[in-house]
Amino acid sequence: MKPDVRTIPANWWLRRSPPWWLRRRPYFLFMVREFTSVFVGAYVVIFLMMIRRLNEGQAAYEAFLASLQSPLAIVFHMVALAFAVFHTVTWFHLTPKAMAVRIGEERVKPALIIAPNYAAWAVISAIVAWFLLG
Amino acid sequence: MAKSNEPIWWFLFSAGGVVAALLVPIHILLIGIAWPLGVLPADALEFSRMQALLAHPLTRLYCFVLISLPLFHWAHRFRFTLADLGLHGAAMLIAVLCYGAAIAGTIVAALTLWG
Repeated sequence: MKPDVRTIPANWWLRRSPPWWLRRRPYFLFMVREFTSVFVGAYVVIFLMMIRRLNEGQAAYEAFLASLQSPLAIVFHMVALAFAVFHTVTWFHLTPKAMAVRIGEERVKPALIIAPNYAAWAVISAIVAWFLLG
Repeated sequence: MAKSNEPIWWFLFSAGGVVAALLVPIHILLIGIAWPLGVLPADALEFSRMQALLAHPLTRLYCFVLISLPLFHWAHRFRFTLADLGLHGAAMLIAVLCYGAAIAGTIVAALTLWG
């Protein structure tokens, strides 16, 4: 049976209850975490485009570099960086859950498993910067 | 998606998550923000320098890993995100489109780097 259209108020859209992921802060942060993957994916596609322009020759590559300097591109990269860093931090903090390390009967404190990730991140970032700029 | 395929997707998701966590922020910061804002030397991304860098086989392998694995990471996460947002009905179609996009991106990356 079809619903009677006359009984549906015109502003039904506004009167719907909010979706589950807007109802509680942890649910919202979960959704933000899941959405980091969209920005990470979008960025590697841009990176692939950069390599393609580089293969096409100097003119194509320099046009790509010019497009990186547009305000819109800079704002996009700032937003993407925020999401990417959120991914990094949430990913690191999952490691003690993914691998529960034990020494004898004692379970190694989560902080001790998380900390080396940050050290590795710093070292690897420095190496990438050194290769790119060095 | 058959149950037996899941460990492969999960492994690619997981490996992509590690690559994205460790490498993507510094790339965005240097190429997408610091260089366009003029924080780095103007010739830091200069054509002949970048060409020389990319000529090295290890750089190509690095670029391949940096592009491909995070695409699979995205595919796996996004597939379940869409289901969480209520698109349960199209689960199979979504899985095919997401993993298909990651496979297509991987092929384009391979052809770009070694084709």
